[in-house]
Amino acid sequence: MDSARVDSMEAVAARRSDFPALAREVRPGVPLIYLDSTATSQKPLAVIEAMDRYYRQSNANVHRGIHTLAEEATALYEGGREKVRALIKAQSVREVIFTRNATESINLVAYTWGRANIKPRDLIVYTEMEHHSNLVPWQMLAAEKGAEVRAVPVTEDGELDRAALMALLARRPKLVCVTHMSNVLGTINPITEIAAEAHTVGALVLVDAAQSVPHLPVDVQTLGADFLAFSGHKMCGPTGIGVLWGRQSVLEGMPPFLGGGDMIRRVHLYDFKPNDLPYKFEAGTPPIAEAVGLGAAVDYLNSIGMDAIQAHEQTITAYALERLEEVPGVRVYGPAAERRGGVAAFSVAGVHPHDVAQILDRFGVAVRAGHHCAMPLHDRYNLPATTRASFYLYSTLADVDRLIDGLYQVKKVFG
Amino acid sequence: MDDLYREVILDHYKNPRHHGTLDPHDFSYEDENPLCGDKLRIDVRLDGARRVAAVAFSGRGCAISQAAASMLSEAIVGKSLDEIKRLGRDDILDLLGIELGPVRLKCALLSLKVLKAGAYGLEGQQYHDED
Repeated sequence: MDSARVDSMEAVAARRSDFPALAREVRPGVPLIYLDSTATSQKPLAVIEAMDRYYRQSNANVHRGIHTLAEEATALYEGGREKVRALIKAQSVREVIFTRNATESINLVAYTWGRANIKPRDLIVYTEMEHHSNLVPWQMLAAEKGAEVRAVPVTEDGELDRAALMALLARRPKLVCVTHMSNVLGTINPITEIAAEAHTVGALVLVDAAQSVPHLPVDVQTLGADFLAFSGHKMCGPTGIGVLWGRQSVLEGMPPFLGGGDMIRRVHLYDFKPNDLPYKFEAGTPPIAEAVGLGAAVDYLNSIGMDAIQAHEQTITAYALERLEEVPGVRVYGPAAERRGGVAAFSVAGVHPHDVAQILDRFGVAVRAGHHCAMPLHDRYNLPATTRASFYLYSTLADVDRLIDGLYQVKKVFG
Repeated sequence: MDDLYREVILDHYKNPRHHGTLDPHDFSYEDENPLCGDKLRIDVRLDGARRVAAVAFSGRGCAISQAAASMLSEAIVGKSLDEIKRLGRDDILDLLGIELGPVRLKCALLSLKVLKAGAYGLEGQQYHDED
């Protein structure tokens, strides 16, 4: 093992003490091996304490308040927005809309931009590797509008079929929806190229970045997409907050989403004038403590560096793929380690994923079993479900070893 | 190891009884566990006294769901439709002989849900799952 790898593992060992949950035992004598960060990440103390401090010290409703606490709460809430803007290199905080999660961000686009712009027989393109949250809103919109949806197929090694994408683009779709990183295969899609190709035929591009923003550097200027959706809870932040980034010119042309307080400039008894960006899309009291927590999470990620986080996960993932392949009967889905993020979905011959996950849990190893909200992708591989191990900035090579030990126990039980 | 994968459960999983399909049958029903997408189908043939003469199940699932389906199939041969309708979750847990958390309980009860829905459906009734 080279010294750079050892150094990084020492840094990771120190980093782990930032996460209280990682120190717990699942049951007496069985430490937690958390390999489910793709579902949700653990939270560092910095995030937990920032939210605690907000509730203890500054709790008030945001905007319009004149009193000290309201001013503090507003500054903290808007401070969270600025941190998110800087993280993804957005031009303005007006382009950063807080939602409930990535799912709501995508639905916001479907309900506002989609309802205003999609007409009967229009084409919406998505891909076979999308999470249900980037399939169902478009299926609902297409059903409502009489529009058509078509999926770009996934190749056997877990990449998008680019020729098929080009063929669909030739039909001049209105919108192309694509995940930046698959939550099952780990595939990192070439968004910059796809967005450029889509724009040449006049399509807008929506990127599901729920798995990329937490794990790698994301720069919306380089990506060139029109919408980017992600969740706070997968990037060390709290649940209950997500982000929709949109190109300002596009957002300005969109009707509002939910109606209510804060999203208005002026309300008359029988009509209203919507507020400016980003408030036009933020009706009602927003997730204030959550924005504070998300801001603290962004600070935490920056203290490590997104490049360093991605490099660390590459090391862990490459090792995990190597070790998984040595277990007889285990098959891993998706591309090679250098083309994927920190996700390894696999099957164990003759053993159902539920049973794999159940037995691994006996050894403290937390993995996910099921379709991971990607049923069409599992259909493509003719699988009812897979077992998925996923890694983050706190994962270690020893975690992978515990997973492999556990898999040999699974094989023993079902031998 | 733990009770969940005790020998009898693994035996039913690896060597399922009454596995397959029945043609002809008096009723056949299929459903899935939305948690994991596992599917289960049960076919039942009745005798002249409207008791279960033959049963077969098919589909994919975890050891718990497949073993429960195998054990349930064994247990219902000779039973009347009313007896089937009276079966409950405790009967399945008794067959399996294990305690289950809420998530795995859904796996264990899938076959019972499918069987009862089929039995009620035969008489034109709607089965409402209480779990």
